[in-house]
Amino acid sequence: MMRRTHPALSAWAWLVYGFLYLPILVLIIFSFNDSKFGATWAGFTTKWYGVLLAREDVREALTNTLLVALSSTLISTVLGTLVGLGLWRYSTRFRLPLTFLLVTPIVIPDVVMGVSLLMFYSLVRGGLELTGWTFENGFWTVMFAHVTFQISYVALTVRSRLAGYDRSLEEAARDLGASSVQSFLRVILPLALPGVLAGALLAFTLSLDDFVVTYFTSGSGFRTLPVLIYTSVKKGVTPDINALSTLLVLFTVIAIIAANAIMRPRPGRRGEA
Amino acid sequence: MLTLRRFFATLGPGVLWLAVFLIVPVAIMFGYSLLTRTDLAQVGGPLTLESWGRVFGYDALFREWVPDNLRVLGRSLLIAGFSTLLCILMGYPLAFYIARQPARRKSFLLLLLIIPFWTNFLIRVYAWILILRPFDLVPSLTATFLGMVYAFLPFFVLPVYSSVEKVDWRLLEAAQDLGASPIKAFMAAVFPQTLPGLIAGILLTFIPALGTFVVSDILGGAKTALIGNLVQNQFGQAGDWPYGSALSFLLMGAVLVGLWLYARSAGQKGLEELI
Repeated sequence: MMRRTHPALSAWAWLVYGFLYLPILVLIIFSFNDSKFGATWAGFTTKWYGVLLAREDVREALTNTLLVALSSTLISTVLGTLVGLGLWRYSTRFRLPLTFLLVTPIVIPDVVMGVSLLMFYSLVRGGLELTGWTFENGFWTVMFAHVTFQISYVALTVRSRLAGYDRSLEEAARDLGASSVQSFLRVILPLALPGVLAGALLAFTLSLDDFVVTYFTSGSGFRTLPVLIYTSVKKGVTPDINALSTLLVLFTVIAIIAANAIMRPRPGRRGEA
Repeated sequence: MLTLRRFFATLGPGVLWLAVFLIVPVAIMFGYSLLTRTDLAQVGGPLTLESWGRVFGYDALFREWVPDNLRVLGRSLLIAGFSTLLCILMGYPLAFYIARQPARRKSFLLLLLIIPFWTNFLIRVYAWILILRPFDLVPSLTATFLGMVYAFLPFFVLPVYSSVEKVDWRLLEAAQDLGASPIKAFMAAVFPQTLPGLIAGILLTFIPALGTFVVSDILGGAKTALIGNLVQNQFGQAGDWPYGSALSFLLMGAVLVGLWLYARSAGQKGLEELI
């Protein structure tokens, strides 16, 4: 059997893993470094975590990030799940254009998405000013922008989860007397649920992670953590950013392990996503 | 059958959302690209093709062809291409290594791969400053390449891995039984089977690498400015939205050509499997 791997291949793989983890390790180590200028080791300290937690702007950015991520995930999960179900359930000659529409937000360069939304919002604002009502770029503009790139990921995850199932399941439920709402809630949704959860988790992470689209749609008064990190890095690296990054990495690891435990594929079916 | 009622109960809301927040903004961007900058990021008439002319190197002020932009695009294509090549070199063997492990070990290795992938993009790029600064390598082209490969490698490995996992290894044995050398057998029997994943991986690496402005901004300095930096600059300091819009279309055009080629070779199913 083809189980054995060539030693050179193993060595290469572990080198690549080393490359993937080196920056993260360096980041964690330097977050405990007593020196203000990162390059040299000046002893162990946890003071940067204290400095970080005392920063008002960090707490505000964290709240903003979580609020945007939670609300955009909620909206995009509902819309995306419905799209995924529709794609799976119905045959239509608009399948190819629909697929194209869904793939576009994934492949369009994020800078293009960001600047086009910036112009869209400014034009809408211009139009609204005529009616005397106006808005600033901030929570809502960022949140709507995030929903826009999240929908596709949710829809495609849900659809791929359902791909293996036979469409006649729903018909069988209907034949047994279930209403369309009942068959949706009792038969289809439970089948799709792992896909819905995976999609929601992906959407949530994408929102937490997004910098470029947020940067263009947030205006000046509204900052998320990635935007805050960007401005800090541009001004010059400070050690409390290492502490912030370390905490975010820790959060990621916990979230992934938890997600992995929830989504562990059941025996007999290959779990994707 | 998809009736109108069913459409509005399932696909409708999402499609409508994408129409309003994706299609309309791109259409507006097209409109902006035909306008003229007046002052302070203001735009106005008359409708003109000036920005498009500038994108393709025509300088209206001096009435001559100055292909600076096309050089930036060329450089972006080269840097994105080379970064993708590095990803292939590092990631293609890695995908095979993971795919050939026993199941438990395989899911552990995938988890190890996904952790950096789900770590905030900016943090991943920023971490390289800490490593490279003592060597005086920030900003530099080397730093840009390292940052790009680091940021996009997991995007490359995951689709390649999923196609390596489906490889029918009996074909390799058959080729070897028929007397092919290991390399020849691999190229004839295994490589073609991994091609869909490889192409998807290349697209998922190349496209963000082409469009990024963050990596080159943080790690590259002014000398490695890419087309993404040029676009960002028009919406920041330069305040020239029409020109920035036209440049965005150049970037989007490069991406859509790649996608169209992919859709033609992989078809509808391939397009859906891209993520």
